Amino acid sequence: MRLLRFPGEAPAWTALLPRSQPAWLLPRRAWPTERLARKPSRVACLQPAGFFGVLAMLMLVGGTALAQGPTYGIGTTPTEENIRAWDISISPTGEELPPGRGTPEEGALVYRQKGCAGCHGREGKDGRAPRLVKREAEPSTDPWDLGRILPIRAPYATLVWDYINRGMPLNREGTLTADEVYALTAYLLFINDVIPDDAVMDAKSLPKIEMPNRDAWAPLPDWKPGMPRLQGYPY
Amino acid sequence: MGSTRPDRRRFLKGGAALASGLTVGAVEPALGQLPEPSTFIKGSDEMVAYGERSRFVTSVRIAHPPDNRPSPDEFGLVFHVASPLQDSVGMITPSSLHFVGTTRGSFVPEIDPREHRLMIHGLVDRPLTFTMEDLRRLPSVTRPHFIECAGNRSSPRHTTVQETHGMTSCAEWTGVLLSTLLKETGVKDAGKWIVAEGVEEVKGASSIPMEKAMDDCLVAYGMNGEAVRPQNGFPLRLLVPGFEGIFNSKYLRRVKVVDRYYMTYNDYGHLNREPERAALGYQIGPKSVITFPSAGQQLPGRGFYEISGLAWSGGGAVGKVEVSTDGGRRWMDAEIQGTAHRMAHTRFRYQWNWDGQQTELLSRCTDELGQVQPTRAQVAEFFNAPGVPGQDNSIQPWRIASDGSVHNAIT
Repeated sequence: MRLLRFPGEAPAWTALLPRSQPAWLLPRRAWPTERLARKPSRVACLQPAGFFGVLAMLMLVGGTALAQGPTYGIGTTPTEENIRAWDISISPTGEELPPGRGTPEEGALVYRQKGCAGCHGREGKDGRAPRLVKREAEPSTDPWDLGRILPIRAPYATLVWDYINRGMPLNREGTLTADEVYALTAYLLFINDVIPDDAVMDAKSLPKIEMPNRDAWAPLPDWKPGMPRLQGYPY
Repeated sequence: MGSTRPDRRRFLKGGAALASGLTVGAVEPALGQLPEPSTFIKGSDEMVAYGERSRFVTSVRIAHPPDNRPSPDEFGLVFHVASPLQDSVGMITPSSLHFVGTTRGSFVPEIDPREHRLMIHGLVDRPLTFTMEDLRRLPSVTRPHFIECAGNRSSPRHTTVQETHGMTSCAEWTGVLLSTLLKETGVKDAGKWIVAEGVEEVKGASSIPMEKAMDDCLVAYGMNGEAVRPQNGFPLRLLVPGFEGIFNSKYLRRVKVVDRYYMTYNDYGHLNREPERAALGYQIGPKSVITFPSAGQQLPGRGFYEISGLAWSGGGAVGKVEVSTDGGRRWMDAEIQGTAHRMAHTRFRYQWNWDGQQTELLSRCTDELGQVQPTRAQVAEFFNAPGVPGQDNSIQPWRIASDGSVHNAIT
């Protein structure tokens, strides 16, 4: 039985097979006319591996916890540089934060130089864009009473960094350097009394900041398929 | 964006009183037009190539909400565009009338599909990058799914169903199941969430539970039988069926498998103080609305009318739709059109003889999970707060005045 097929193309029935196989199931000899054979992770049955290999695999179907391998072999492997260049998701742990640093004082300068004040107001208030400084003379220290203000409402300082890095300035997103984003984050945290004026923000210090709303937000439900939104809602 | 074809403009300027639907009844009740040579539509290259609708059909989208707040916003940018549900028939929204929600005004990135890539990385066994060509080779599915904006809420100020409910639409989406791609990359045990991200200026990202990603999320390149429209995410859009609209990342270019709720750009907007509101922040509730007759329309007189509307739920398929023609005193089962698909608009119909008296029309959806669409009063009572906190899936009443005019009956 000789299966002629383009590399990477697997017949539908192979979906029924386990996604990978132990090394002893692999064919001993590569099938010379198919490039498939150079990829050991391919489903063994694509090869003329022989009757016993297939039989052994069929016996494994149904519950054996094997590591998953690719079924179709489509797609290419990105380089580490590809991934780094695109990965702008910042975890609460800050693990993706790039090198760089900034202080509130530097941030105040960036805030003016980059035109932030034009939309958010000179002091982070009274602008067209959302307010950035908590309201004065609020009797409450509850972060939910201080308005929808990013550097107060955000549970993690990494979110402030992520938000500025992705979304600012309007129409010139992605133009700020890492140092500038650290500096702006430091400035916003400082004017909201989250950090002192001599604090330095970098990849190490930023995730350690205790934000006012760290634990005051409701966790999301443990979503499962077929689950009602909220048991007993609204009656 | 927006058509500037001269023939269309001319027609709109000429006072397009002949809106579609009921008002046609106001035209002189003659035998109707006979096709004479002078009334034939002139052929054109455009009509050969792509076609267009009749110039007598003038149904269009509008900025949402209609009272200039917050779209267009302080910067004059239109954020949201609502679909003309009052003119809808069937369950599919034409792509050109599909609602549009944006994070930053009506910018649409122009993406060459030959250059577009989808990268899946993070807590996977094998990070992979897919071209559009790669994706077209993989096993595909086609499914009708609604997308609804979390801000699709009714208010007493709204005067049409487009204003009260126009931020929902339903298209037939074609693409590769995200689970197919995630199985191709393999997911490490610690991978409990994904962060999906698009190409647009803020690359709006949302954290999505892995359970959902592996269940029915769809990486769609097709919409209503053709490529996804640019305003809806060309060339690639993530469908997260039944979840709030913002989860359905447009211009999808990256899926990162992560170990926790990542609290990223879009997640910030989902922060809640109360667990009840947080729980209501994923899945759209069971919802329905009567699209005919609806506010702003005019019934020509007493007699027979087929009441028609749309029902949907983020929890699955619509199980039942009831209609009340007496303000909610009695409820009757409506007829469901065909098969009710999971997380899809479902057309319902109810035969009604109007006696010419003032009354209220209501509809109520129950989904396959048994979740029931609440009244506004029930929601207010649950939260002990005025209005409808959280996502609004409340029952929409339409008041039929004795002169046949139809009004929003929310007070």
